[in-house]
Amino acid sequence: MSDLSNQTKAAGEDRHALVRKGLARRHRTEWLFRAAGLTAVILALGFVAILFTTIVSKGLPAFQQAYISANVQFDPELLNLDPAPERQAGQSQADFQAQSFAWQRELAMLNWNALVEASLRDLLPIGFEIDSRQLLSIVETSERHRLREMFVADPSLLGQTVPVEMLASANVDNWLKGTINRELGDAQQQLSAPARQLADEFYENGVIHMGFAWALLTNVDSRSAPASAGLAGAFMGSLYMLLIVIVLAVPIGVASAIYLEEFAPKSRLTDFIEVNINNLAAVPSIVFGLLGAAVFINYFRLPLSAPLAGGLVLTLMTLPTIIIATRAALKGVPQSLRQAALGLGASRSQMVFHHILPVTFPSILTASIIGVAQALGETAPLLLIGMNAFVAQIPTSPMDQATALPVQIFLWNGNENRNFFEARTSAAIMVLLGLMISLNAIAIFLRTYLERKK
Amino acid sequence: MNQVLTSRSALEMSATHSKDALASHQTVRTPDPDAHPSRLRADGVSVFYGDKQALFDVSIDIPEKSVSALIGPSGCGKSTFLRCINRMNDTIEGCKVTGDITLDGQNLYDGNLDVVELRARIGMVFQKPNPFPKSIFENVAYGPKIHGLARNKTDLEEIVVTSLQKAGLFEEVKDRLHSPGTGLSGGQQQRLCIARAMAVGPEVILMDEPCSALDPIATAIIEELIDELRSNYTIVIVTHSMQQAARVSQKTAFFHLGKLIEEGPTEAIFTNPREKRTQDYITGRIG
Ligand SMILES: Nc1ncnc2c1ncn2[C@@H]1O[C@H](COP(=O)(O)OP(=O)(O)OP(=O)(O)O)[C@@H](O)[C@H]1O
Ligand SMILES: [Mg+2]
Repeated sequence: MSDLSNQTKAAGEDRHALVRKGLARRHRTEWLFRAAGLTAVILALGFVAILFTTIVSKGLPAFQQAYISANVQFDPELLNLDPAPERQAGQSQADFQAQSFAWQRELAMLNWNALVEASLRDLLPIGFEIDSRQLLSIVETSERHRLREMFVADPSLLGQTVPVEMLASANVDNWLKGTINRELGDAQQQLSAPARQLADEFYENGVIHMGFAWALLTNVDSRSAPASAGLAGAFMGSLYMLLIVIVLAVPIGVASAIYLEEFAPKSRLTDFIEVNINNLAAVPSIVFGLLGAAVFINYFRLPLSAPLAGGLVLTLMTLPTIIIATRAALKGVPQSLRQAALGLGASRSQMVFHHILPVTFPSILTASIIGVAQALGETAPLLLIGMNAFVAQIPTSPMDQATALPVQIFLWNGNENRNFFEARTSAAIMVLLGLMISLNAIAIFLRTYLERKK
Repeated sequence: MNQVLTSRSALEMSATHSKDALASHQTVRTPDPDAHPSRLRADGVSVFYGDKQALFDVSIDIPEKSVSALIGPSGCGKSTFLRCINRMNDTIEGCKVTGDITLDGQNLYDGNLDVVELRARIGMVFQKPNPFPKSIFENVAYGPKIHGLARNKTDLEEIVVTSLQKAGLFEEVKDRLHSPGTGLSGGQQQRLCIARAMAVGPEVILMDEPCSALDPIATAIIEELIDELRSNYTIVIVTHSMQQAARVSQKTAFFHLGKLIEEGPTEAIFTNPREKRTQDYITGRIG
């Protein structure tokens, strides 16, 4: 008896020794694994930090822009034009319209540049000689249109002198910010020597100053007046597409996932569908663009470049992501919850809507928002349905021509005025990233809020 | 192709096999002169999970207003049989049930019987307590709500309170009816599940090892509860504990390898089993 217990004791000590011997190795593996994980996290964070610092350091200057403070006189001699026609009693509508058009044409023919030039000449330092083409090159070409619009909106300006903050041209902006090499010779400079000198003198005496670049946020893209190019059109285009994706992809995706997971009997057909949905998620996005061009544009004759077509393409692209993520969330619900509901006599749809969905709602929501955010950043498929067209108006409906934020980034990145658009591109990226981050923040907020409520 | 062939031949084999088994297998039955009449009857029930047969030709009468215990070694098909009674097997992929189970003469596997109604009449308590992640009140109120059993709010409150009282839980939770049911102890959760099942007003309550996750004190409370419920409900309980079967049940059925080996009054089964396998199991020789 004591022999036996001695034996087991000895064996026990043996085993302890074995365990102890292995222990060091196990701790080492554990340590190695932790170190590898930590390194990976640090590396990833480092890359993200590099990405963000480059984008922000490049993009931030674009939020500042050179303005020229001038006093514009709406000189009656330059603006010799009858007052805007008013509708006479008994005049037919067509007649009145023709008259208005004639007046507006006349208005456009006026030499608005002369107004701009006169206001700049007033500001010239004494004795400064510069010809009118060179003088006008320091102000953005969009400003004469702005003066016209001011006048149309308020004809009583005639004869008055008002202070106007005019956008300096992109070339002046480059010159003052030093985004173009100031040492380059005349031949390589966009501005002539007197224009450059004037820009410097104006900057010194405060006629030209840096201000917040509202144009970037409130204007549409512009080719002729780069300094006035903005993101408003692309932003609205993206917003419409976002709405379409939310309205279509989220409910359809969630409903299909629920059907496949909770209702559909397991069969060859559902297996086949499942495999195909998984494959669809891996299809390159440009293929969805081709599909969209073939189906929505060629067959259904939806307007080219419209957020409607873009939104539908992005919906197709997002569906598999949402379906897969939602199914994963549903799979995570313990079977016992389903049994509890069914065992009480709940029907399948009652089980889903009363018990399964409330539990999975936060994860389904996160999945949807991530899918939608992914769609928001998509460029390639949009190029194929014409959303890279130059659009000079803010779209007012999903049927209007529009472009999208990522496409705008792509277009600006390829703009020939590299010096100016490099910063604008980064600024546009910042706006897009800001939108994405807010979407994700909403997801995180809703998730924690809903989980706390439960 | 090959695979299909083999699986088909496997099916045929198991079918012929089960016929052999049927021929050789006879349940030993000890009649009970004092037993209540039976409204729930199983007749020749076999269950298949895919190609695999889990129950072989089980026939048994369940007397009303008493407790029937199903015992037998792990994997012998007790839960499978229990799930046949409220058709929870329907929810398992690839599960097929043959034979008849009747309640008041109506076949539960009749095509036009509504499972929703059936499960309102035959409630179930699971092995692991599974309260909904909702408040205690909502847990109990859910069944009456979906079946439209309460005319108004006071009605519903009354149902909830009486169900909790019947399950012996009311005193412990009356101050926190609106806190989550998942925050209760294991034993309390199981009693909550019993209250939830009773709130629908079922005629039959099926319990699958309701005490297996509980400590002896919680077990004793639930056993006491089952004993009280017996006067109003027909109860079928699966248990691994001989003592529990002996304490709470009036009728005992012993399953082995998917077959009903012996059934009869609990007294008779435990004091004087007629089948050798029953005796072996009760005395702990197989398990
Ligand atoms: N969902 C299922 N799919 C396939 N086979 C199953 C399934 N459920 C049970 N079985 C099989 O059916 C047989 C009976 O299982 P069952 O769960 O009824 O046993 P049990 O008597 O309840 O056992 P335990 O006491 O361990 O709970 C077992 O062989 C089991 O492997
Ligand atoms: Mg079981």
